[in-house]
Amino acid sequence: MVNSDTVLLDVRHLQLSAMAYPPDAKPHKITIVDDVSFTLEKGQVLGLIGESGAGKSTIGLAAMAYGRGGVHISSGEVLLNGVDISDASRKELRRIRGLQVCYVSQSAAAGFNPAHRLIDQVVESTVLNRIASRKDAQARAIALFDTLGLPNPETIGNRYPHQVSGGQLQRVMTAMALCSEPDLIVFDEPTTALDVTTQIDVLAAIKRAIKKTGVAALYISHDLAVVAQVSDKIMVLRNGKTVEFDETRSIIEAPKEQYTRELVNVRGIEHEQKVPSDNPLLTIDGISAAYPGTDIHVLKHVSMQLSAGQTLAIVGESGSGKSTLARVITGLLPPKSGTINFDNQQLPPYLKKRSREELQQLQMIYQMADVAMNPRHTVGTIIGRPLTYYFKLRGKARRDRVAELLDSIEMGTGFTDRYPAELSGGQKQRVCIARALAAKPRLIICDEVTSALDPLVADGILKLLLDLQARENVAYLFITHDLATVKAIADSIAIMHQGKVVRYGTKSDVLKPPFDDYTELLLSSVPQMQAGWLDEAIARQ
Amino acid sequence: MYILTLLAKRLVISAFLLLAVSALIFAGTEVLPGDVAQSILGQSATPEALANLRRDMGLNEPALARYFSWLGGIAQGDLGTALTNGSDIADAIGKRLYNTVFLASVAAVVAVPLAIGLGLLAVRFKNLWPDKLISGTTLALISLPEFFIGYLMIYFVAVKLGWFPSVATVYESMTFTERLSAVALPAATLTFVVLAHMMRMTRATILNVMQSAYIETAELKGLSAFRVIAKHALPNAIAPIVNVVMLNLAYLVVGVVVVEVIFVYPGMGQYLVDHVSKRDVPVVQACGLIFAAFYIGLNMVADIVAIVANPRIRHPR
Amino acid sequence: MFRNIPLSAIVGLVLTSLFLLAAIFAPWIAPHGLGETVGSVWEPSSAQYWLGTDNLGRDLLSRMIYGARTTIFIALMATALSFSLGTLLGLTAAVVGGWFDLLMSRFVDLLMSIPTLIFALVVLSVLPGNLVTLILVMGILDSTRVYRLARAVAVDINVMEYVEAARLRGEGRVWIVFREILPNALTPLIAELGLRFIFQVLFLSALSFLGLGIQPPDADWGGMVKENKDGIIFGIPAALIPAGAIALLAISVNLIADWILNRTTDLKGGRSGQ
Repeated sequence: MVNSDTVLLDVRHLQLSAMAYPPDAKPHKITIVDDVSFTLEKGQVLGLIGESGAGKSTIGLAAMAYGRGGVHISSGEVLLNGVDISDASRKELRRIRGLQVCYVSQSAAAGFNPAHRLIDQVVESTVLNRIASRKDAQARAIALFDTLGLPNPETIGNRYPHQVSGGQLQRVMTAMALCSEPDLIVFDEPTTALDVTTQIDVLAAIKRAIKKTGVAALYISHDLAVVAQVSDKIMVLRNGKTVEFDETRSIIEAPKEQYTRELVNVRGIEHEQKVPSDNPLLTIDGISAAYPGTDIHVLKHVSMQLSAGQTLAIVGESGSGKSTLARVITGLLPPKSGTINFDNQQLPPYLKKRSREELQQLQMIYQMADVAMNPRHTVGTIIGRPLTYYFKLRGKARRDRVAELLDSIEMGTGFTDRYPAELSGGQKQRVCIARALAAKPRLIICDEVTSALDPLVADGILKLLLDLQARENVAYLFITHDLATVKAIADSIAIMHQGKVVRYGTKSDVLKPPFDDYTELLLSSVPQMQAGWLDEAIARQ
Repeated sequence: MYILTLLAKRLVISAFLLLAVSALIFAGTEVLPGDVAQSILGQSATPEALANLRRDMGLNEPALARYFSWLGGIAQGDLGTALTNGSDIADAIGKRLYNTVFLASVAAVVAVPLAIGLGLLAVRFKNLWPDKLISGTTLALISLPEFFIGYLMIYFVAVKLGWFPSVATVYESMTFTERLSAVALPAATLTFVVLAHMMRMTRATILNVMQSAYIETAELKGLSAFRVIAKHALPNAIAPIVNVVMLNLAYLVVGVVVVEVIFVYPGMGQYLVDHVSKRDVPVVQACGLIFAAFYIGLNMVADIVAIVANPRIRHPR
Repeated sequence: MFRNIPLSAIVGLVLTSLFLLAAIFAPWIAPHGLGETVGSVWEPSSAQYWLGTDNLGRDLLSRMIYGARTTIFIALMATALSFSLGTLLGLTAAVVGGWFDLLMSRFVDLLMSIPTLIFALVVLSVLPGNLVTLILVMGILDSTRVYRLARAVAVDINVMEYVEAARLRGEGRVWIVFREILPNALTPLIAELGLRFIFQVLFLSALSFLGLGIQPPDADWGGMVKENKDGIIFGIPAALIPAGAIALLAISVNLIADWILNRTTDLKGGRSGQ
């Protein structure tokens, strides 16, 4: 038995279900979470971790007796301060949600009402529930803004949501959750949408606020390294079931289950760094570019080189210009100045001026495999079209080559007649890789190809890309915001910040101190898979 | 001020649009292969008669000159004279315009609150029987032609039950209540015509707002259903709802034409249709321009409300 | 794809088919000729004249069947015109962009700032009243709406990464329009096709009712309402029959269009079942 005085949340054999209404079948019940049990003591932080579809957000919302899209508690109990909230009345629920449990969502930008000032939204439930007068509540909110490290805490509340940056909004939303002094806060991926250097600030602010107020929290994330920094205990979830539930240190340092071990060792890929050749395949020389029709320069005199069969990683946060560089290289956005040489030939700046051979040698893979494939084409058409277009393959020759390509991405010929909607996220990205490979390119531009994927799936894709590189001698221009990915596969690295290359060289050179300020900040901001990293990082900064 | 610039811009656009529309209406009756004089006198007219008429109507002048003299006249409130009886068009339109606006207003006063109310009701009971009943009924209702509703009304309410007159006669000495009673059936018909569209669009608009993340935030803050709707949904729904209302009022202006003919109501629509069949071009041009002006004006109001209600515009970064 | 058709859609399909059959086989089905006077004025329905007779003593059922033919034929022609014109120009504007898009879109804005019926009245006041003029006016005026929809849908698809991928591959405009964009734009456009047809039926009926559409002795349903409307105040419901037929046809097509629209939102993975 657990001590009932210190237990805040007691979840017993929780099962969450919803009705599914498929267009071509009878409605039926689906179970989203099954047989999940845990207790959370007052002032403790429990991390819920898992891939998409693990049911972690659904469990977090169940602690507020809230279900999205008709999800409801179909069996089990959720005891909050000893009271089962699964059958609470509407009126009781309103007091639970306003006063005992509060919520911080992934996107504060969408979560705040655009029509009202921030301060009015922050103090709303505190004032309505008569916990404090409006004046006291505002004073409390300003103190919280200060704790959370927001600039101008006195006045920032008078702004409207669109007038404040994403990282700041996330902190304001945390202040909103803390304002009514609840017993429990549900953090639902609060830093996932943020850049890595912003993430560390928000993470530190959240941790500081939790410590200072003594509030308990459910911290939901797909990133184990992040969760490990703020949680006392961690529950690993997969497909709605508990995989492992233990102290944070035990999970990180001595995971018992195979799945947990995989999550801990994610991005453990290593490859031997190759030496750049004297005759590079791609040479970018002094490229400057602006958005069409404007004079706002998003690329300022960018130069770099990539050798055949190697990987150049371009790293940067949002607004660094890394994706714009990809558009310039592909010819979608002609640069204002500078040249691009491919295989010792200058590439025409305009896509329309490029020959079929030039197009064939340079292929692209996108971040969102979902929208990168025509939903009305089959996998066979998607992979087969470049074969017909570039090599005039038809009929059996084309079918055989498609089968070969499907084989090389570790998918069988059974997928030939499937549509993209029938594939999983990882499979979609594999098909996009096969489409790029079908052109037999010498260079593939990979634009954040693993960012939308779950960590383990992303690892599979990275391994595949490395295998293919070894086999086909194809070069990758790998655009990413994720330094862990870079370490795994790059030979050379270019770090970009505000349209400029701030550091460039071989992987070993770039990642070797002494660093410039931005690289230092970037490197020290990447969460490490070890307990206590955040505290050390804050101390260092 | 940013917002004032936007509003001024919107006004200027409307003015330009109205000017372009006047040109289009004029061109529509001029450039097309039909000749006005020919269509008045018919195929059997003698060449002399045609030439005389053309001279009298100023048709020998270049089209551009006639357009500008027409436009200049309108700017001074002179809409020209009718070909058929030589009467002053502005005089004839005056009273009729009032009658039409009266009829449309009565319909709007009933239809707008009713549509928004039903829309809210359907959202409140989404996917339950009240929603399904309302949605099903409106789906059928939007398919009905105006004259089907109108003659059903006349047949059952006026002829069989005798509650209201079947012909909506109005004259100047009528009191307000007498007038209301006279336009009851045409107004009811118009209400039905716009109600369904307006209700369906209101429902979709509110549902759209209710699915926003900030509504979930408000619910997770433990706010009452009333407060969620009044404080969090409504401020963001106002602009799209006004847009829906304006769009349907514009539609109502058109519906008026047919309804006036059904009920023999002395308004603009009746006047326009009469003169289209008599091929009285100056009257048609004048009426067309007035209808289009209403239409453009209503669309402008919708845009202005959207500008004023947008916090991003009211409070720029 | 035909599993689980909702009852409403089945009703819509059956009724629409019946109307179409009546229109196609009119001369073989109709018991009497179109302009043939068979009885006295406004006879009530009887075993001989199922729907009674009209204002000139013609068999109303026969005229209804011929009216179906005229109404559906003209509405279909006008729909086909507005649809092909609107889709072609809309898709082209979206893909070509630039001055063509700007010019077309502004012109459509201008046309749409005059209510369709009003502009039709203005134009018909000078044009000769014949079938071709009628179809042209109805089709061109309505193509503005199809243009807007087709352009909006195509602009959305045009910025999708799979279209960009095709461009980077070097594909020409023909492949991009017909293989990448059109298959994805088709479903919303087909649902719209139904709605445009309904609008054309109602539009034609309104014009004929106002005396500016089909000229006697030929008659579409709107014209028949006009012919028989004077009976209403004497309690003779003959005008309600063609009016009701217009409503029924419109409802039937609407039920089908509604079903197609709902199917599309399901396919898009819209969050169902809330």
